[in-house]
Amino acid sequence: MLPFLARRLIVAALVALAVSAVAFGLMFVSGDPAVVLAGQAGRAQDVELIRQVYGLDRPIPLQFLSWIGNAFAGNFGTSLYFNLPVAPIIAERLSVTLVLGSAAFLLALVVAVPLGILASLKPGGTIDRIALMLAVLGQAIPSFWLGLILIVIFGMWYGLVPISGTESWQGYILPVVVLSYYAMPALMRLTRAGMIDVLTADYIRTARAKGASQPRVLLVHALRNAVLPLVSLAAVQFGLMLSGSIVIESVFAINGLGRLAWESLLRSDLPVVQAIILILSLIYVTLTTAADLINAWLDPRLRSA
Amino acid sequence: MKILGTTALAGALLAASFAFAPAPAMAGKADDTLNAAFALEPEALDTYKIAGREGLILARHIYDGLLYKDLDTGEIKPALAKAWRFVDPMTMEFDLREGVTFHNGAKFTADDVVYTLTTVLDPAYGTRFRIAVDWIDKVEKVSDFQVRIKMAKPFAGAVEMLADALPIYPAAYFKEVGSAGMAAKPVGTGPFKLTEMTPGIRYAFERFDGHYAGSPKGKPAIGKIVVRTIPELNTQFAELMAGKLDWTWRIPPDQAARLASRVQIVNGPIMRISYVGMTVTGKGKDYPTKNLKVRQAINHAVNREAIVKAFAGGASQVLNTACNPKQFGCAQDVTKYAYDPAKAKALLTEAGFANGVDIEMVFAAMPRPVAEAIANDLGKVGIRTTLNEQQYAAGVQKWRAGELPAFFTNWGSYGTGDVAFIISNFFGGGADDLVQDKEVMELVNAADTSQDRALREANYAKALKKIADQAYWLPMYDFNINYGLSQQLTFKPHPDEFARWWLSSWK
Repeated sequence: MLPFLARRLIVAALVALAVSAVAFGLMFVSGDPAVVLAGQAGRAQDVELIRQVYGLDRPIPLQFLSWIGNAFAGNFGTSLYFNLPVAPIIAERLSVTLVLGSAAFLLALVVAVPLGILASLKPGGTIDRIALMLAVLGQAIPSFWLGLILIVIFGMWYGLVPISGTESWQGYILPVVVLSYYAMPALMRLTRAGMIDVLTADYIRTARAKGASQPRVLLVHALRNAVLPLVSLAAVQFGLMLSGSIVIESVFAINGLGRLAWESLLRSDLPVVQAIILILSLIYVTLTTAADLINAWLDPRLRSA
Repeated sequence: MKILGTTALAGALLAASFAFAPAPAMAGKADDTLNAAFALEPEALDTYKIAGREGLILARHIYDGLLYKDLDTGEIKPALAKAWRFVDPMTMEFDLREGVTFHNGAKFTADDVVYTLTTVLDPAYGTRFRIAVDWIDKVEKVSDFQVRIKMAKPFAGAVEMLADALPIYPAAYFKEVGSAGMAAKPVGTGPFKLTEMTPGIRYAFERFDGHYAGSPKGKPAIGKIVVRTIPELNTQFAELMAGKLDWTWRIPPDQAARLASRVQIVNGPIMRISYVGMTVTGKGKDYPTKNLKVRQAINHAVNREAIVKAFAGGASQVLNTACNPKQFGCAQDVTKYAYDPAKAKALLTEAGFANGVDIEMVFAAMPRPVAEAIANDLGKVGIRTTLNEQQYAAGVQKWRAGELPAFFTNWGSYGTGDVAFIISNFFGGGADDLVQDKEVMELVNAADTSQDRALREANYAKALKKIADQAYWLPMYDFNINYGLSQQLTFKPHPDEFARWWLSSWK
């Protein structure tokens, strides 16, 4: 297991580094950051001055190397937009995103997995049809629209929860519901499909013949094998939630990492964008590596892969 | 596009729900807090490094300048300077007010003026807009309460710039913390002090009781202000109707009409105008816009009245000149191009394009439907227009490189009521001037560098007349802003897009 882990960690670090380098290059390809920083009222001479003051006139590879060197030393630089150190800004937004993403992910799992198991017991039955309908709705309804509807009903009409912001914990309720509803369909479908597949296998018949109870058959024998693809999907879904849904963050005025990334990209705030990309790519590779490790633990045959 | 579609759908649903919404509660009046929302995040509150309007609005509540412009009367009033004069055409002298205190308790003196302006003058400081300070050569202390500004060049906009656009920072504190420190904990002499800030997200202000007596900003009637960023307009509307917001702005005309029955909607014109710039020089490229008759045809082909009516609404009006009529020097006695497709076709034929002509028009920071309406009108007379939407930065970069025959965008003149801040940029021979008309350049430069208002006015008028005769631009319309306010709030909009909450009060 250890060499497997070491191999994965090295790959993960290299991926994060490569993503950062590509992202850095793309920021310049997509337009001159100095022009963006100068703003709409910026004249050509303002652009030139910004280029010099912020060191944007240096060769791009050199800029990247100096950035990555500082980043490794724990210095993410200063935001060009806020004129403040990047690290505290990101820490502030990351904490919001972690709460929102984790809560939504847990809610999605808690609802989707049991629902998928129940639906798999009798394909075509009432529960199955209800579950599939919920899944279809979850995929079809834009989260943007759902968010605004919930705001109107629970925020405006009944005044039960705040309409926007996360100044109180109640502010998280609606966005968590919307974000988790967005993630549920895929998790539910995969659980259902995996369980249907596994439940017809010989070893389940054997388990039942040996007199194992229904919960034991489902949760111990079937689920362990059925969840293998689910673990990989869940890792990606969780990553998506942590990278933040820009749409949901916008609707609920939640200042998470996703929106910060998007806004910083639009205003060419290079140090912030780079730091976020590095953090997000590290989160992604960590999650997918964790998923691989969990799968290897669940199914020893994968360890030699 | 999907997001746009769902926005419209959700917006319609939200609008339909207005009828069922409970009556708005007392928003901030009960606790004397003006709750405001922006869709965009304000920048660092060091005024000299701000490009966006949101940050500048907040900064003007924190800081004061030497002078102040009363936009209601157009009068320049004394602020931190109680009197000023031109000692000679290139030297301004200011008598400073005594007894003024900064938010941190420091006393305001000439040293603050000298240190602040000298610091931001240095290119290494990175002042965002050089136009704001590059006319200053040096600032000298005459006595503790008297300073002189020596100008680096004659600049007609100097007084406008000193009116609140160049705030004075406390020298000792500024020296100690620098720009980043001012951004993290801004300290000024303004009517409000910042009490709490989550950068880009939430800003809390409290009325500064030590604000100097006799300030042209007056004593604010409202005690506290909280400004939040709420990016989604529909969410802002929900907050406004639920009584949790008192002030928001830039509400699209159709939404404003729907909201008007539930909240206060105030509409006001602003300095910003939209235009289609046309490349005449072309830098080696043979654009059809080099031809006068094609440019005139473009001017005649677009039904601007209909476009303004359909898309801009409110106080917007069609423009004939390359400036905003609210600006000093924006002469209106110029050639006007009425909507006349037949004439446009005839002009095109005369130009040798009887079978029509192809043209690319990039648009940036303008709504797509308006760009499509222009392209459609042009297409009707045979000017087949390829539309290309770009971010402003990308568009302006191509424009400056001479790679665009036509560029549809807008310009806000820094919210300043003087044509120097618009036509000098586009027709004064700089990087944004792709016309390079020598006669216009000379007129504009002579006007820009004179203090003689009559001469300036006459020169700008001549320049604008030639710009219209030569159809260098297709001036479109000036903008207006819809503000959404709680029923309890009194707020007066101003054309420079600076919200003056210090003038607001509760009803």
